[in-house]
Amino acid sequence: MSPPSFYFRRGRTVPANVFDRLRALVLSVFLIAAFAVPALAGPFEDAVAKFANDEFSDTDEAIGLIASSGNALAFPIISALQDGRLSADPESKKVFVTQADGKIIDAATGAAVASLPAGASAVRLNNRLRRTVEAALGSLTLLSPDPAKRIAAAQQVFKSHDEAALPVIDGALAKETNKAAKSAFAEARAAILLYKSDASDAEKLESIAIIKARGDQEALALLTGLGSDAPPLVAQAASSAISAIQSNLALWSMVQNAWYGLSLGSVLLLAAIGLAITFGVMGVINMAHGEMVMIGAYTTFVVQEVIRTRYPGLFDYSLLMAVPLAFLVAGALGVVIERSIIRFLYGRPLETLLATWGLSLVLQQAVRTAFGPTNREVGNPSWMSGAFELGQITITYNRLWILCFTLAVFAILLAMLRYTALGLEMRAVTQNRRMAASMGIATSRVDALTFGLGSGIAGIAGVALSQIDNVSPNLGQSYIIDSFMVVVFGGVGNLWGTLVGAFTLGIANKFLEPVAGAVLGKIAILVLIILFIQKRPRGLFALKGRAIEA
Amino acid sequence: MTPHVLTRSLDRSATVFLLIVAGLGVLIPLSNLLLPSGSMFQVPTYLVALFGKYVCYAILALSIDLIWGYCGILSLGHGAFFALGGYAMGMYLMRQIGSRGVYGNPVLPDFMVFLNYPSLPWYWYGFDMFWFAALMVLVVPGLLAFCFGWLAFRSRVTGVYLSIITQAMTYALLLAFFRNDFGFGGNNGLTDFKDILGFNVQADGTRAALFILSCLALIIAFLICRAVVTSKLGKVLIAIRDAESRTRFLGYRVESYKLFVFTLSACMAGVAGALYVPQVGIINPGEFAPGNSIEAVIWVAVGGRGTLIGAALGAIVVNYAKTVFTSGPLAPYWLFMLGALFILVTLLLPKGIIGTFNAWYEPWSAKRLMAESAAREDGVNEPNPAE
Repeated sequence: MSPPSFYFRRGRTVPANVFDRLRALVLSVFLIAAFAVPALAGPFEDAVAKFANDEFSDTDEAIGLIASSGNALAFPIISALQDGRLSADPESKKVFVTQADGKIIDAATGAAVASLPAGASAVRLNNRLRRTVEAALGSLTLLSPDPAKRIAAAQQVFKSHDEAALPVIDGALAKETNKAAKSAFAEARAAILLYKSDASDAEKLESIAIIKARGDQEALALLTGLGSDAPPLVAQAASSAISAIQSNLALWSMVQNAWYGLSLGSVLLLAAIGLAITFGVMGVINMAHGEMVMIGAYTTFVVQEVIRTRYPGLFDYSLLMAVPLAFLVAGALGVVIERSIIRFLYGRPLETLLATWGLSLVLQQAVRTAFGPTNREVGNPSWMSGAFELGQITITYNRLWILCFTLAVFAILLAMLRYTALGLEMRAVTQNRRMAASMGIATSRVDALTFGLGSGIAGIAGVALSQIDNVSPNLGQSYIIDSFMVVVFGGVGNLWGTLVGAFTLGIANKFLEPVAGAVLGKIAILVLIILFIQKRPRGLFALKGRAIEA
Repeated sequence: MTPHVLTRSLDRSATVFLLIVAGLGVLIPLSNLLLPSGSMFQVPTYLVALFGKYVCYAILALSIDLIWGYCGILSLGHGAFFALGGYAMGMYLMRQIGSRGVYGNPVLPDFMVFLNYPSLPWYWYGFDMFWFAALMVLVVPGLLAFCFGWLAFRSRVTGVYLSIITQAMTYALLLAFFRNDFGFGGNNGLTDFKDILGFNVQADGTRAALFILSCLALIIAFLICRAVVTSKLGKVLIAIRDAESRTRFLGYRVESYKLFVFTLSACMAGVAGALYVPQVGIINPGEFAPGNSIEAVIWVAVGGRGTLIGAALGAIVVNYAKTVFTSGPLAPYWLFMLGALFILVTLLLPKGIIGTFNAWYEPWSAKRLMAESAAREDGVNEPNPAE
């Protein structure tokens, strides 16, 4: 509320720059043309002073004048009038606005005032005036100093294509400088003209072109609603515009599905990548993998709780701190599990499956006991909330960050396997465990570290998933079957297979969803994977080798 | 010498097992029906239904042991066959409600009226006849297992891969049955049953009869499993379990053997589900949850894989423990117990209760038998030095 008043004062007294001068010029010309008010110094002040007459007819007149003045104070004055915060002093003919925060300003100049004069009383309204006030406020948002509000108001007009708004739109369009707002106004104007019965065909055709350029669902609805009674030329242009918009929208919906697919794929990849390591390198079926993800998510929750209570300023960095912590917590737990349970079960994959399933029940119940069975609140830091528009689709920042994060984790993991000593040992053990042992690689140490690495990455996945999913003890379970599908589909022992598998499944899922519905789409994917396994029992990218099972 | 002793001792334990099941199958219903209520030896009706549930679980465990213990196929989706059998029976029971439902529609079950079904879906036809439903109890799980197995075994999907895709199968069915427009009552499932073959399902007599039938089914299932595993077919199954490739190289059609035993096992699971539903009074998609199937596998592991008796015993012991724990003050700790059971059994008791007992008992009894016969032979052939 306060910046407009400051802005206004400077513009009034010393037109210091071209912008202000132009603005003043346009404004006064507009006022002369529309209302034939003599261009005295301060028509606005005169209009404001009318409130002090305490006559309903004067108040009515003042509302009309102020609403069409384009003055930055107009909106605060009229909304104050609506809320009974506008007071007038009949003695001095001065009018005051009590702001929402209790400060008082002079309505005519915007200057701060210490207190209301003794004789001041609230400006009265009757029912007819209240309606006038509401209408004035509606068109005033079109003139709001905040561009976002102006655009929102213009969108509203675009949808309603109310003829009454045309003069205001015209006026606003003439002095609009913000590019986005200008095009919003132009679209709103086009929508009104399209439905205006006395607009010329040329104007209507021009309007259709503008609406076609907008090209979204609302533009489509507007053109479709035109009906058949339009002139033939206009109707023809409208129908061609409709088909152009429809094909354009179909394209965008493909893009949208692809984006959703990529996003789902990144989540699947993140959840499955740790599994790909434990399953691929060690051949261990870890049914407790989902619980490692859950523990990562709960680590994030704990980190955020500590930050919230001790250092609230660091909240935006909470995820950055949670990532290494989640890796350490889940990784350490993974090493403990490997040393205490899994190493006794090597070579008995089915038993490992059962034991780790039991472990997952224990971990779930432990978390449920410690943190309660309900969902826990994990906040989004500011840089992960919000969204931006790309063409006709909306991209949320958290999904985008997760995609980037996933790819980064994948790249780091790949580099680790390729360039570090541990990576080399891991690959050796994967390819031929006994030969690697003969070469002096401590395979049991590699096993423990590999399991720790896979679990740690699951923990990292938990940090990311805490941003888009409910953090509850059941978090892991919802991912375990999907993760296994990704690994089995992509091929065991190959990270690229996991990458391709995750994105294929994610995109296929999202493209099936609009056709078959969410649940049927998922069922279809599961059935397709089951059929795929028949054709390639070792997945898309199977490791070549001579090994044969039993 | 040793195989002979082994089969004989197993035969004896099998007989004992069958006698116990038959005895309980007669005694429990008799005590429930004939003794006055409040008597010390009278088994209350709710316990009859509870024991009936355990017996159904025992049949499911037997079916899992047949494929896992003797053929090495670890199915994590056997709950799906159990649930399908249950749904087939549930559909029959739904049709028996007739116009006694809340909405009083003579043909459509309540949930269909509620969901605005115009008429009965085609796949509900015939379920008003008991023989058809009973046939479907065998055919639906059997057919699914046959198709699934035919695809999986022919392309040599084995080991953990098979386990994971069976889990995916039951998960897909779980999702499907949760849908309202799938025609099976959505997440509420089928419930509110009135009568079966004209008898009230709530009546004491019906419950007792269902219990007897369950015990009978357990005995028959056990006999079928015994017949399969002691036949030549059973030897091939064990060979497949222990060295699948070698068996194939010897000229056996491994996939046919596996397919047969998998389908048989699925039919048994279906029967277990069909007997389960009228005794618990509800079937809902939760039965398809992958967790249930894995839990059923742990019953087998606890009792002893590849022993048949152990599977049935494990199902009853674990479920009894579950009932005791989850109904008492220890309820929050049941999942800890169950999880620990999974871990400890696989780590410390890989042969299960019966397997461990056999390992301890058999050498001892074999030694004793050998000592006896040796003593007899001694007595015949060599004169005692003391004489």
